[in-house]
Amino acid sequence: MIEIKKLYVKLGDFMLQDINLTVADGEYFIIVGPTGAGKTVLLESIAGLYPVKSGEIWVKGRLVTRLDPEKRGISIVYQDHVLFPHLSVKDNITFGLRLRKQTRHETEATLDWVSGLLGISQLLDRKPDTLSGGEQQKVALARALSIKPQVLLLDEPLSALDPESREGVQQELHQLHNRLQVTTIHVTHDFEEAIALGDHIAVLGEGQIKQVGTPEHIFRQPNSEFVARFAMARNIFFGEVVDKGNGNTVFSAEGTELAVATDLRGSRHASIRPEDILISPEPLRSSARNSFGGIITRVTDKGSTLYLTVNLPPDFICMVTRRSFEEMGLAEGKKVYITFKATAIHVF
Amino acid sequence: MSKKWFTTNRMTLTFILLGLIIFLFIIVPLIKMIVASDPKILFNTLLDSEVIGSIWLTLYAALIATTVGFFLGVPLAYLLARVNFPGKTLVEGLIDVPIVVPHTAAGIALLFVFGRNFFIGKAFHSVGIDFVDSTAGIVIAMLFVSIPFLIDSAKEGFKKVDVRLEKVSRTLGASPWQSFFKISVPLAWRSIVAGNIMMWARGISEFGAVIILAYHPMIAPILIYERFETYGLDYARPAAVLLILVCLIVFITLRTLVYRGEKA
Repeated sequence: MIEIKKLYVKLGDFMLQDINLTVADGEYFIIVGPTGAGKTVLLESIAGLYPVKSGEIWVKGRLVTRLDPEKRGISIVYQDHVLFPHLSVKDNITFGLRLRKQTRHETEATLDWVSGLLGISQLLDRKPDTLSGGEQQKVALARALSIKPQVLLLDEPLSALDPESREGVQQELHQLHNRLQVTTIHVTHDFEEAIALGDHIAVLGEGQIKQVGTPEHIFRQPNSEFVARFAMARNIFFGEVVDKGNGNTVFSAEGTELAVATDLRGSRHASIRPEDILISPEPLRSSARNSFGGIITRVTDKGSTLYLTVNLPPDFICMVTRRSFEEMGLAEGKKVYITFKATAIHVF
Repeated sequence: MSKKWFTTNRMTLTFILLGLIIFLFIIVPLIKMIVASDPKILFNTLLDSEVIGSIWLTLYAALIATTVGFFLGVPLAYLLARVNFPGKTLVEGLIDVPIVVPHTAAGIALLFVFGRNFFIGKAFHSVGIDFVDSTAGIVIAMLFVSIPFLIDSAKEGFKKVDVRLEKVSRTLGASPWQSFFKISVPLAWRSIVAGNIMMWARGISEFGAVIILAYHPMIAPILIYERFETYGLDYARPAAVLLILVCLIVFITLRTLVYRGEKA
């Protein structure tokens, strides 16, 4: 278990204040917050790489606040991987092992195990600069896991990847964690990522932990305007992917069945961008597979655009321009139709 | 990694012309001096033990200065690359002072400190090291005027090493020492060696500070000066040519070794 108590970290001209977190053994814990919230610094403080002003960090019952990083058993993987450029993949992975008094046999065994785990056995003789971004990330993970850390820290592991590979890596991280059960703290600015991976989520903003809870709890009951705005940037639904036969796959959430295009099954999340939803006063005839009627329950004016909350249920947040809003004569309480393509829904 | 691109236009042609002028300015005197020398006299100079002795003394005194500079300068370079402290700019400026002061003045300043009237000079004297008219004096003078080249080069090298590489190595179990020797030094190695070469070269070419502290034993630049003053151009030139040739060979070899395999 990791316990962070009343941690204060000075960070340029602002400060991480009164950070209190508890991460259970084997948990996948996500810290989510906007860019510049001090997420990386918080990770570095936990690893002993950034000086803390006050407070305590406990790892498995041991107070480590003032302990040297090499004595903590906490590994970190940075967003851009930070492999040792002068060492081969193999020497990168075994760097930590060679510092320990281990037999060559033990080192080789660990190398085999970890490179097999991440599927990088064929890369061992390469130099980091010849690897793709995804390969570099696996090497960085292998290097971090080689020392069998008490805690694994991941700094925005998915942000540097292109959108296509992101989902795959997200799955791999999830599977890796399920297999190893290593206590993991992962920071990200992406709320969807947080919901998909986190056992628990802490929302960090303005130098403070705004809220801690399960993904669903944070999404359903944001305790502040900050968290709500952060969580509601997109429509995110909790539900189930069901195969209806004949190539029809639907995502069922709160009694509404959304046509989706995905190979995933079972309990999942789905999201759609507010700007991908068309609003019309009458049902639209189009190739889009999803069209539903609902009541506008809230209008949020953002100037040239407006955000409408349309309740089916569930609630969909939709974006319209001011001009469309006025031409259609929309207002709270009116019935409208929302239309979007199956491919606009992201299932994760 | 940016690809180089070049087009021929008026600006680049002007630059080529201007560049050529300064390039010729550098190499024409060198070539002229080498070509104008009678090979026979040059060969006889090779047998002149005074010349050979002075060149040898120059090379190894500069090597000792560089070695001392390496052990004392690299740690400082690392600190300057990694640590921010109040007055750092001032410290960095002071380190470069030996480059900008007239070297005869530097020699006089050194004489004050390392002469026997000051406690540092006295302390060294008590363990048998004197700096006036001695190899130790030559080393001290060379060290003073050439150390900024090593510190600056090594500092730039360390700055280019991502701090997070050191941080990762620490989390993997490396002590600060291990992190320094296994990560920072290998990655900054090229800059450190280049700084050492620059420092050695600057030491070999030093004249002003050395002549104040140690006219004897005579290093090659002083020997050349003395022969020029006493006997004239024709007598000084062979020794000068020989020193230039030795330096050229040594530095071209070293540069090739250091930059070998580096992509342009």
